[in-house]
Amino acid sequence: MQVTITINGVEQSRDVEPRMLLVHFIRDELGMRGTHWGCDTSNCGACTVTVDGDTVKSCTMLAVQANGKAVGTVEGLAQGGELDPVQKGFMECHGLQCGYCTPGMMLQARWMLDHNPHPTEEEIREGISGNICRCTGYKNIVAAIQYAAENPATSEVPA
Amino acid sequence: MQTPAPVDYAKATSIADALAKLQAHGEEARVVAGGHSLLPMMKLRLARPDALIDINDIPELVGIKVVGSEIVVGAMTRHREILSSDILSEHYPIFREAERVIADPIVRNRGTIGGSMCQADPAADMSAVGSALRGNAVVVGPSGTRTVPLREFHQGPYETVVQYGEILTELRYPIRPGAGSAYEKVERRAGDWGVATAGVFVVVSGGVVTDCGIGLAAVGADHYCSPQGEASLMGKEPTEDNLRAAAAATAASCSPNADQRGPVDYKVHLAEELTLRALRRAVRSSQGA
Repeated sequence: MQVTITINGVEQSRDVEPRMLLVHFIRDELGMRGTHWGCDTSNCGACTVTVDGDTVKSCTMLAVQANGKAVGTVEGLAQGGELDPVQKGFMECHGLQCGYCTPGMMLQARWMLDHNPHPTEEEIREGISGNICRCTGYKNIVAAIQYAAENPATSEVPA
Repeated sequence: MQTPAPVDYAKATSIADALAKLQAHGEEARVVAGGHSLLPMMKLRLARPDALIDINDIPELVGIKVVGSEIVVGAMTRHREILSSDILSEHYPIFREAERVIADPIVRNRGTIGGSMCQADPAADMSAVGSALRGNAVVVGPSGTRTVPLREFHQGPYETVVQYGEILTELRYPIRPGAGSAYEKVERRAGDWGVATAGVFVVVSGGVVTDCGIGLAAVGADHYCSPQGEASLMGKEPTEDNLRAAAAATAASCSPNADQRGPVDYKVHLAEELTLRALRRAVRSSQGA
């Protein structure tokens, strides 16, 4: 079945089986390996991407269901050569160790901050409760997201 | 690696179109909504439909509105929209309390209330809420539309009254002025299915309970409710003793299975304690305290 999906602003068309999961479309058909494939059971959140602006676990959506939609992955987080504040936060606050959960974690953090620019620590922890990290104990991930909230991109700061 | 078996796929653009496509693809076609129950089942090969009819882009299936004396929730309404709905939390805080502990924010972005109801998992929070509130399901099929009480909607684990070729389109909950409601859940970790859950509504008027509903999930309550617990409380003053008696009657009506989430006696204990906590809060809220 022919699908056309806009990934990070670029239209991509492929002929795929209806049973192909979105995560495999992104990684195997498009060769974009920034999106990680983790537990395969909608639990870990490593495969988190955005579909029409909302975060989705791409192991639990068919590629054909994203036909005609806009998908965002970690490769699209940086804008114009400038890292997203969330990416800067993960760098500044040592928000990762092995890095496996990081793409999904950062996309969910971006989505959360877009809807709640000044989250409390509890709201951050609730916001990333669908993203599992086995290394950090979450402390530095929370700090990274707090950093991003406190240091928004210049384009986000009201004039 | 988990991958579904080969399957046909068709996107429906309206309810009528979905019904036509279900007919065209035969008895082994299934409706896919948010896909957060069906796709995992397909990946595990526990479900193996021939075709998926995708109802995600049918606007008439989405939304929360008050119609007459009922709140009408479209079957494709996603958990996130139920969590943030002012209409639902004004009339029934039980929705927000239950949604807060359903899975996680990413899953709630995609999963739907209709999908949850039709999956009919014995631990489904929205099934307990629907039975507590004595809501109704609207089911549309080739021979027309029928309304089914939610307390008759589930026929057993993973089985509902929705027949081949039919679609659940709406859930309807009666508005009860002055009702208080609450939801309680014990889970092993954030976002898990409940070990046990209880959700209730209570209307206190003239110092006595004039209406109430007790819903439960994961504890083997028939149709996710306890008429025995409700009967114990109706017409009584909402004293601590009477609430305790109702919670005990509720627990006695449950028959949970032992599994990795806990043994039978623990789940029965939770059913009683969670029912009691939910009743206390719902009573306070109905009394305007």
